Amino acid sequence: MYQAIVFLPLLGFLIAGLFGRVIGARMSEVVTTTLMVIACIFAWITFFRVGFGGVEVRLHLLDWINVGNLKIDWALRIDSITAVMLIVVTTVSALVHLYSMGYMHEDPSRPRFFAYLSLFTFAMLMLVTADNLLQLFFGWEGVGLASYLLIGFWYEKPSANAAAMKAFVVNRVGDFGFLLGIFAIFVMTGSVMFDEVFAQAPSLAGQKITFLWGDWDAPTVIALLLFVGAMGKSAQLGLHTWLPDAMEGPTPVSALIHAATMVTAGVFMVARMSPIFELSPIALDVVMLVGATTAFFAATIALVQTDIKKVIAYSTCSQLGYMFAAMGAGAYSIGLFHLLTHASFKALLFLCAGSVIHAMHHEQDMRKMGGLWKKVPFTYLTMMIGTLAITGFPFTAGYYSKDAIIEAAYSSQNTFALYGWIMTALAAALTSFYSWRLVFMTFHGKPRDHHAYDHAHESPLVMTIPLGILGVASLVAGFALYGVFVGSDMHAFFRNSIYLGAENHVLHDMHEMPKLLVLTPTFLMVIGFVIAFWFYVLDTSVPVKLAQSYNGLYRFLLNKWYFDELYNAAFVRPSIRLGRLLWKRGDGTIIDGFGPDGVAARVVDITGRVVRIQTGYLYHYAFVMLIGVAALLTWFMFVGA
Amino acid sequence: MIDWPILSVVTFLPLVGALFIFLVRGDDEVAARNARWVALWTTLVTFLVSLLLLPNFDPAATGFQFVEKKAWLGDIASYHMGIDGISLPLIILTTFLMPFAILASWESVHKRVKEYMIAFLLLQTMMIGTFCALDLVLFYFFFEGGLIPMFLIIGVWGGPRRIYAAFKFFLYTLAGSVLMMLAIMAMYWQAGTTDVPTLMEYGFPSGMQFWLWLAFFASFAVKMPMWPVHTWLPDAHVEAPTAGSVILAGVLLKMGGYGFLRFSLPMFPEASAFFAPVVFTLSVVAIIYTSLVAMVQDDMKKLIAYSSVAHMGFVTMGIFAMNEAGLQGAMFLMISHGFVSAALFLCVGVIYDRMHTRQIAAYGGLVKRMPLYATVMLIFTMGNVGLPGTSGFVGEFLTMLAAFERNTWIAFFAATGVILSAAYALWLYWQVIFGPLEKENLKHILDLSPREIVIMAPLVILTIVFGVWPAPILNMTSGAVNAILARTDQVTGVVKTALLLSF
Repeated sequence: MYQAIVFLPLLGFLIAGLFGRVIGARMSEVVTTTLMVIACIFAWITFFRVGFGGVEVRLHLLDWINVGNLKIDWALRIDSITAVMLIVVTTVSALVHLYSMGYMHEDPSRPRFFAYLSLFTFAMLMLVTADNLLQLFFGWEGVGLASYLLIGFWYEKPSANAAAMKAFVVNRVGDFGFLLGIFAIFVMTGSVMFDEVFAQAPSLAGQKITFLWGDWDAPTVIALLLFVGAMGKSAQLGLHTWLPDAMEGPTPVSALIHAATMVTAGVFMVARMSPIFELSPIALDVVMLVGATTAFFAATIALVQTDIKKVIAYSTCSQLGYMFAAMGAGAYSIGLFHLLTHASFKALLFLCAGSVIHAMHHEQDMRKMGGLWKKVPFTYLTMMIGTLAITGFPFTAGYYSKDAIIEAAYSSQNTFALYGWIMTALAAALTSFYSWRLVFMTFHGKPRDHHAYDHAHESPLVMTIPLGILGVASLVAGFALYGVFVGSDMHAFFRNSIYLGAENHVLHDMHEMPKLLVLTPTFLMVIGFVIAFWFYVLDTSVPVKLAQSYNGLYRFLLNKWYFDELYNAAFVRPSIRLGRLLWKRGDGTIIDGFGPDGVAARVVDITGRVVRIQTGYLYHYAFVMLIGVAALLTWFMFVGA
Repeated sequence: MIDWPILSVVTFLPLVGALFIFLVRGDDEVAARNARWVALWTTLVTFLVSLLLLPNFDPAATGFQFVEKKAWLGDIASYHMGIDGISLPLIILTTFLMPFAILASWESVHKRVKEYMIAFLLLQTMMIGTFCALDLVLFYFFFEGGLIPMFLIIGVWGGPRRIYAAFKFFLYTLAGSVLMMLAIMAMYWQAGTTDVPTLMEYGFPSGMQFWLWLAFFASFAVKMPMWPVHTWLPDAHVEAPTAGSVILAGVLLKMGGYGFLRFSLPMFPEASAFFAPVVFTLSVVAIIYTSLVAMVQDDMKKLIAYSSVAHMGFVTMGIFAMNEAGLQGAMFLMISHGFVSAALFLCVGVIYDRMHTRQIAAYGGLVKRMPLYATVMLIFTMGNVGLPGTSGFVGEFLTMLAAFERNTWIAFFAATGVILSAAYALWLYWQVIFGPLEKENLKHILDLSPREIVIMAPLVILTIVFGVWPAPILNMTSGAVNAILARTDQVTGVVKTALLLSF
């Protein structure tokens, strides 16, 4: 059964990918979706069996790399955090498959699309079931490849191709750190298998590793290098620039890959490696600092974006920051909790946005929408649920998980605990503002583009069913699972899959926070809502005036803090210039100039003749080489005689 | 066991085919067709015969297997052939790639087909001989002899600047081979033999090792090619016909690596340890420098050629890390690069045959007309960037891991290759395969023909199978690799104790 969860999507990929044109688009959709649904059912069975039943599984599939004392297998490791990821991945994937049957119904390349979706799911499942770091890296790169292919799915658009390539390359910057982290782990523990690494982890405390110019605390170096990988995949500050561009892909892709699953791989990895991170307070400080800053930073950009998908993309970036803040606080289970609830409400928001875009005939600019609630009532309803959940409205999913993170940030031992608390709490207000802004601009007010409005229509059933299911999940996931992730059942549920250091009491301490502070996020959420209501419902001239009077700030946010411009100027263009310089000057002028060309020229000088190099001469050279070989043989014969 | 001289048969079978072609008379068209078929069958039979080596090879055995020894050139040199786990995979790679080279030339070569096929078959004999030879003189004969047919293939059947490219190729290799020849003579004077297994155990005095190492290095570094003696490769690739590029990238580039493993490390272990930092530096420079240069190329073959230099940087880095992961990784990367880069050149050949240009800017949007081609090209591109699950990953990972154990700076800089390779490879893929199909002359381009599918399919399968299950190659090489390491460790161990004693 466990193998089936992972390999059924691969089977779907192979069928749709190899025989898609033979069996037709409809058949490809049905096959891949059915296999996903089966995998999903198995995943839920596994979740209950592993999480609540206490069964933990390790299945050896095949030897992979076996060199000296480096032994790496293909194996499935199913413990509680894997089980959580399994239900998240398979459920969202199955729903997105279903939804795509409606959303993509006009696209001629549907077999390819569904093949990629299934390929992605397979790679993601390999990632979460990995039994060693290298297999995790296989899944990690596999999802990167699938993401690349899906972002560039509409390959005729130059912007889509550019975005796809950017996503891959920026992720590779993260992988650079990840790989070095794997090497460091191998050097320190002699293994990359989780069981052996974790068994050795406690002895790493206080050990030194030589890295670049100095000797450093080994767990800190390892954890920080791995975290660079996580930052790339999970679009954290500095390596986040690919995520908003990735919205060039079809919307179901954004929901599945760039909201619910792949981008959370970094969070999962940190949770998986908790035995290492727990050893390094410095690494946890960095994780908290980056996470909390990203949560705030991305939210500020989301305030002013006008593309409906870009708003949600920055929102995703911000929410991932929350998850890392939880990791930094040492509250791994809470980070995973938010990963799970976020997967449901963010996938919901994206799919709702997709439904709106579908209704508006592929219009994504919110300034051209408005008043849509009458046209797409069900989408509106589910979008409201998603918005309530993400803003943390009491008793929705986000209320439990996000507020828990804010509390954990405050209660942790982390150096940046207070900073983390302030940033995440402020981001909660911003989240509420931009989320409601999105709802008001899209569904309320007067229609701004009458033509599009008149033709708008509610989506078909295959699209609304996933919305309904995710809507229900966004409402109930919070209180249903709070006990398991945050409350007293946490240790019974996660057991050894998450390691908490002896000093780590954050899950206990956070329940003893002052009541007033606990209410702060909710209060800030209300403020965000009120301002959004004022700006975008009561008096829509206010935001325009505000943008005019604070034009510098507005432009700064609109241009996403100028990260793309900075990177282009600092890395992309210099690399290309350097490449050209090395090619023309290095290879051309210097090496060839002093090397072969120079030698040839000198020969010409000496003989004083113009060398007419033509085919005839070619045989001369061949002859010279032959003579060289013959000379050696002759010499040996002469000496031997 | 096999009781007939299988290595000689595998080595000289292509020569028999060449002789057949030479003797075939008739008018041009018929002779050309016959030459093609004879060449194809010869290479296929050679491949099948070489496969017989596999079941009879014992990876755990020490020393060389299938040994043949005959007197030759009086008392000095002998005809000594034999293989171990380092040469066997390279021999199979050679015999495996040759039929592809012949098939790739099926429709694209029209002039002097007979001579062309003879040159390739002769080249094959020389390449296999290089990997089998266990006598320095014999090795030198094959090693240098192989350059002549390659030189002619570039110079006669090449592109517009073929003479320049062939000339450059000649100058570089000449410089290297003269030094190696001197070194071989010096070794004979010193040790009184040119027998490779004997020389491996001989133990040259330290002072002499350094000079010998440098002389061999000059030759192997050019073949590799290592930075800064790499500039012949892009020109040679660009001008060579597709099949020439396939063999050049697939096999000839591996001769340098093979030379390091067969001669430099076991025969001059002290010098190897001494010069390792130099090699590391050159490797890392090669990885970064050529990757950056690859990014700005506008000729597809040049881009892939520069990427080959970068990959060979990983190989030299792994070899001179002188630990198990490094050597195993370098061997694996050589094999994997052998068929992945060969496949990439074949991919370029496919569209070159249709459009007669290799300019990246002349293409765009091919996926619309050529979905199969796009898929195949994607798999090889991913193999080239070292995506886990493709064969390219295993070697890169192992060599970087090995370097990390030696010195983290090297691994740090080498790992930037992971980013840069993604940048140039995906840029190429984007420019050629993706984008709108706007150019008029591309609108009727055809997808892979059955012949091309037959060529690509096995390469695709190998790229994925060895990525997921590299054990067959790793097991084959591990015995021989450990034998080399036992030799280098012993010596470096001696050096260390000597150092300790001197204090």
